[in-house]
Amino acid sequence: MPQKKTRVLVAKPGLDGHDRGAKVIARALRDSGMEVIYTGLRQTPEMIAEAALHEDVDVVGLSVLSGAHMALVPRVLELLRGQGQGHVRVLVGGIIPDEDVPALKALGVAEIFGPGTTTHSVVEAVRKAVATGQAEV
Amino acid sequence: MDLATQVREGDRRALGRLLTLIENDDPEGLEGLSALYPHTGRAHIVGITGASGTGKSTLVNCLAYTLRHGASRPTVAVVAVDPSSPFTGGAILGDRIRMHDLAGDRGVFIRSMASRGALGGLAAATGSLVAALDGAGFDIVMIETVGAGQSEVEIARTAHTTIVVEAPGLGDEVQAIKAGILEIADILVVNKADRPGADHAVRMLRATLEAAYPSAEAGSRWKPPVLPTVATKGDGVEEVAQAIFRHREFLVGTGRLERFRRDRARAEMEMLLRESLFVHWRKAKTAGEFEAALERVLAHQMAPRQAVETLLAGGKV
Repeated sequence: MPQKKTRVLVAKPGLDGHDRGAKVIARALRDSGMEVIYTGLRQTPEMIAEAALHEDVDVVGLSVLSGAHMALVPRVLELLRGQGQGHVRVLVGGIIPDEDVPALKALGVAEIFGPGTTTHSVVEAVRKAVATGQAEV
Repeated sequence: MDLATQVREGDRRALGRLLTLIENDDPEGLEGLSALYPHTGRAHIVGITGASGTGKSTLVNCLAYTLRHGASRPTVAVVAVDPSSPFTGGAILGDRIRMHDLAGDRGVFIRSMASRGALGGLAAATGSLVAALDGAGFDIVMIETVGAGQSEVEIARTAHTTIVVEAPGLGDEVQAIKAGILEIADILVVNKADRPGADHAVRMLRATLEAAYPSAEAGSRWKPPVLPTVATKGDGVEEVAQAIFRHREFLVGTGRLERFRRDRARAEMEMLLRESLFVHWRKAKTAGEFEAALERVLAHQMAPRQAVETLLAGGKV
């Protein structure tokens, strides 16, 4: 019997060594019935794109607290598109200044979450992103 | 171009996609797997099992890296299985965390897999994913099971070479002679061998094996080597790689690989036949007949076995 599960990659690009937030999100997505591939700290955009390719995920969640999001996030998006995975929705969480939000969204980031976001709203955003991603395929 | 052709041409996105379709029991996945099937049978399949926390993922990382940098440089695919939650069906698949050393190597493909309710240490579709990776052309396919205890021995029916990973301090002599996971080992690894108690664990396992393999039988049976490793540093991992090659030669030389393939194909076909017969039978019967029988069982008027016999005989319940 066919059974489709949402697969999400949760990754921490860059050099900050703080992944409690990413783990909380991974756990919340798991509790909502999704399969979460958690790759751990200090991932390069290339490692993240490679994992997304091997794992055939629907969604990539990036946690960036280092301030390097304007370098790291566009690179991940570019690599995903370059390998034919433009349909994969990318969500970003962490410390993202308000003024960077429009630029990231214009690049194709589906949603951006700052401190104080509830896990519930992240789960809902992932569900919504999956639904729109499939509509475009 | 269909997915299987793209996979044969080395398209990794197509491979990732095909694995998902197979895992989801999608008809397109079955079609792709059937198209790849004539190309299967080349890969050597290595299973890595053992209790949680013994270092399976770290060993897989180091072993794959060692193989990739050895003389023959085989291409390596990894299927890493982690458990699904029995309550939500969700899963955290965290085996990639330990496999950073393999990133960026195009000769390596790592796929995480949730067990989706299966209990034997693998997922129901693990065998099919392994077949697809074999058909895709990988020389070695490694399967990492969920953290396994004493009865998750499914891996031995899927892998040509089964590696059981132990760590010091996990059990005494009685644990070692219990039936189950140790019996399926073709290679025993005592990982974390820099920890206290490692020498004792190696000695104890070797002694247990000595008793199980009398010297009179030397040569005719494979005697599992007991190998200490420190996977985080790579110590002893080359010896594990060599043991895999030796075991492969043993299987080929004694005709056991052929027998394994025959047994495996027979078991898989029988299992699929059982499943299909059940589905066909349920389709042929009206749901009401089954429900009526169920009610009789619940009312303690019929034993379950008796109800099933009656249904199969076509009689009225």
